[in-house]
Amino acid sequence: MKWINTKNNRPVRIKDVPEMGMDELRSQIIRRCREGRRVVSFFGMPKGQSTAIYAVLADDDASRLYISSGLMGKDRRYQSITPEAPRFHIFERELFEDTGILPEGHPWLKGVRFGHDRADRESTMERYPFFTMKGEEVHEVAVGPVHAGVIEPGHFRFMCQGEDVHHLEIQLGYQHRGVEDLMIRNYRRSGIHLAESIAGDTVIGHATAYADAMEALAGTEISRRAQSVRAIALEMERAAIHIGDLGAIANDVAYLLGNAVFGVTRTLVINTLLALCGSRFGRGLVREGGVVFDFTPDLIKEFREKLNKVYRDTELMAEEMFESASVLSRLDNTGVVDAEAARNIGLVGPAGRASGFSLDVRADHPFGIYRFYPIHKRTMNSGDVFARAYMRYIEIKQSIDFILEQFESIADDRPLMQPLKKHVPDSLVVSMTEGWRGEIVHCAVTGKKGGIVKYKIKDPSLQNWYGLAYAVRNNGISDFPLCNKSFNLSYCGNDL
Amino acid sequence: MLETVINILLLFILPFFFLGLINRVKSFWAGRQGPSIIQPFRDFIRLMKKGEVISTTSSFVFRIAPSVTFASVIAAGLIVPLAGGKAALSFEMDFILFAYLLGLGKFMTVAGAMDTGSSFEGMGASREVAFSALVEPAFFVIIASLGLISGGLSFEKIFTITRGGDMAVLVLPLGVIALFIMLLVEGCRVPVDDPNTHLELTMIHEVMVLDNSGPDMGFIVYAAGMKMIVIGALIANLIIPNGIPFWAALASFLGVTAALAVVIGTIESVMARLRMTHVPQFLLFMTAISVVIVSTVVLFISGGIK
Repeated sequence: MKWINTKNNRPVRIKDVPEMGMDELRSQIIRRCREGRRVVSFFGMPKGQSTAIYAVLADDDASRLYISSGLMGKDRRYQSITPEAPRFHIFERELFEDTGILPEGHPWLKGVRFGHDRADRESTMERYPFFTMKGEEVHEVAVGPVHAGVIEPGHFRFMCQGEDVHHLEIQLGYQHRGVEDLMIRNYRRSGIHLAESIAGDTVIGHATAYADAMEALAGTEISRRAQSVRAIALEMERAAIHIGDLGAIANDVAYLLGNAVFGVTRTLVINTLLALCGSRFGRGLVREGGVVFDFTPDLIKEFREKLNKVYRDTELMAEEMFESASVLSRLDNTGVVDAEAARNIGLVGPAGRASGFSLDVRADHPFGIYRFYPIHKRTMNSGDVFARAYMRYIEIKQSIDFILEQFESIADDRPLMQPLKKHVPDSLVVSMTEGWRGEIVHCAVTGKKGGIVKYKIKDPSLQNWYGLAYAVRNNGISDFPLCNKSFNLSYCGNDL
Repeated sequence: MLETVINILLLFILPFFFLGLINRVKSFWAGRQGPSIIQPFRDFIRLMKKGEVISTTSSFVFRIAPSVTFASVIAAGLIVPLAGGKAALSFEMDFILFAYLLGLGKFMTVAGAMDTGSSFEGMGASREVAFSALVEPAFFVIIASLGLISGGLSFEKIFTITRGGDMAVLVLPLGVIALFIMLLVEGCRVPVDDPNTHLELTMIHEVMVLDNSGPDMGFIVYAAGMKMIVIGALIANLIIPNGIPFWAALASFLGVTAALAVVIGTIESVMARLRMTHVPQFLLFMTAISVVIVSTVVLFISGGIK
C-alpha cells in the first residue's frame, strides 16, 4: 500500500499513512498525477530528527483522497516534482520557504510570502529575484505594493514590449500574518475567528472548512438543519461576491450601468445575510458544532422575496450587459487561459471551470448538505474574461436556485449547536470546501493528546495567481485590470 | 463689445457647468441622485486652497507644465467664436494657431509627465501623442473644407457658410460627427479614455497628471473642461444658423452645449470603453469622415455633382 485512501472530512490515523523514501514518494506522485489525480495539499512536518513530507492527492471522479508521506533524508533535498507535474510549483516553493527543504531542479524557486519564520533568512522581498527581459523596445512597469485604490498590497511587475505584456511577475507576501501558526497556538480560544479572517471576502468558506475539520476530528456529525444553514450562507456569499465582481468588471470597461445595478444588487444580498446573522459578511454564523443563528418562517419569507428580486435584477442586467457589443468586444478573447494551461497550472473554482477544467468540491468531494443535494457542475470552454464573467452569472443563478430549494426542504432537526467531543489523537483530516473563489483546503493534524500540531491552509488564490500571470501574456497592458478583476484573487488568502 | 465680454465670461464659466452636467446625466442613468451641478467648481476652489507635492526628481518643466497648458487652452478659446459668431481674436489662418495652441498644451502635459520619470506616465504620454497624431490631420482637413465652401480662412468667416443647399446638407452633419469624435478624444471621454477610472494601466490622460496636486491639478481639470467647451463651440457653430439675433444665438449656443453634455454623459453610461488597440480604428473613422467631406466639397465646387 503506497497510499491511504480516505474522503473529504474523514480523519486517518497518522500511523496508517504509508511512509517511504522521498524518491519513492516523488515517483509515486508523478505516476498518480499522470493517471489524473491532482495535488490538493503538500506540506512538511517534523518527525523525530527528520521531516516528513505529506502529499494529499485527489481523485475527483471517485470522490477519493489519497494520502502518503515521504521521509526526508539528511541532505534535506530531493528532485523537484514540478518539471514533471507543473501544478506542484507553488506547493514546492511553499515547502522550500517553510522548511528549507530544497527541491532540486525547480524552475522557479522563489519566496512565496516571506514569513518571519522562513527557513532562509537571506531571501527577502527587497532581493526578490525577478525575471528580467532585455531589448531595445522592452520596458518594465512596476505596480504596487501600494495601489491607487483601497485594495490589498501586492507587487506586480510587467515586462512589456510596447503596449504588449510579455510576462507578468506577481510578488506577494505583504499580508502575511502567520495564520497557520496562530491557529496551532490559539485554536481552542479563537480558531473560528482566525478562520473567518483568513480572507475577509470568504468568511463562510473558510469558517466552514475549519469547522468541518474540527467536527471531523471530534467525530461529531452536526444536525441537517445546521448543515443547510451553512450551505445557504455559503451560497449567499458566492452570489454576493459574484454579483459584485460582475459590477467590478463592468466598471473596468467603463460600463457604468452594469456597475451601478450590480452594486445595488450585491448590497441587497449581503444585507439579507445581515438579517440572518447580524453581519453582512456572515461573521459569527458558523461555529464548531453547528451554527449560531436559525431561520424563522418569517426570515425564510424575507429571504425568498429578496432573493427572487436579486435573481430578476441580476438576470435583467446580465442579459443586457452580455448582449452589449461594446462590452463583449472588451471581454471576448481577453486574457485567455486554454484548457491545457488551466490543467497544468491547476486552476480551481470558476476560473478553472471557465477554461473547461471542471472542478467543484460541492460535486466532487461533497461536504455537509451537498452530500444530499448535489450541485451540477457547469463549465465553459473559451477561458477568456468573458467566460470567467459569464461563469459567475451562471453560478449566481445556480446559488439562488439552490438556496430556494433548500428552503423547501430544510430539515427540522435540532440542536443547531452541539458541544464537540475531544479530538482523536494522532490523526490527519483533510477538509475541503468550495468557496466562491474555488477549492479551500484545510489540513489539520492532531498530536498525542488530541491537540492540533499542524494546520495547513490552502486558499484557492494560491494556485490561481499564477493563472492570472499566465492570462495577461500577449495581452495589452491596459487589459490587465480587466483580467485581474475576472480572477479577483485574494492577497491575504495567499499570504496567510 | 458686450458680446465679446459675454463670450469670454462663457469661456471661463461654462466648463464647470459642462462637467457638472455630464456627471448629473451619468448619475441619472445609474439611478443615483448625483452631485450638485456646481460640484466641479467647488472642487476647483478646494484644489486652489491646497498645497502641492512636487517630486524631487522632477525639474521646472513639471512645475510650469500645467500653467502653460491652461494658458494655451485659454488662448485657443479666445480664437473660437462661442455665441453669436464673433470671436475675441480673429485673423486669417487663425485655425492653424488654434490647432497648435492645443498642441502646445498637449506637448507641455506630455513633457511634464515624462519629467517625473514614472513608467505609468511615460505610457500615458505615448498613448496621448499617438492618438493626437491621428486626430490632427482630420481636423485640418475638415476646417479647410469648410473654408473652401465659405471662402473664409478664419474661424469667424469659415462658420458663415450658408446652411441651406445640397452641399451643406451633406457636409454639416458629417462635420458635426467628426468634430464630436475629436471632442471625445481631446476631452478624454469614453469610449476613448475613462475619466473616472482609478486603474493607472488603462488611463491615457489621467495617468499623465498622476503626480500633480493642488492648484496645478485644479488648472489641469479646468483646462480639460475648457477644451471641451471650445471644441463644443466648433460644433455649435456648425449647427446654429448665422444671422440670428445675439440673444437667440446665445440661447442656442447654451442649448447645444448642454445637449453635448447630455450626449457625452449618456454615451459614458450605456457603452463600454474601447479596447486600447481599437482606439486608432475609431480615430481613423474620423479621418475617413474628413476625407468624405473634402471629396464632397471638391466635387461640388468643380461641378462634379449637379
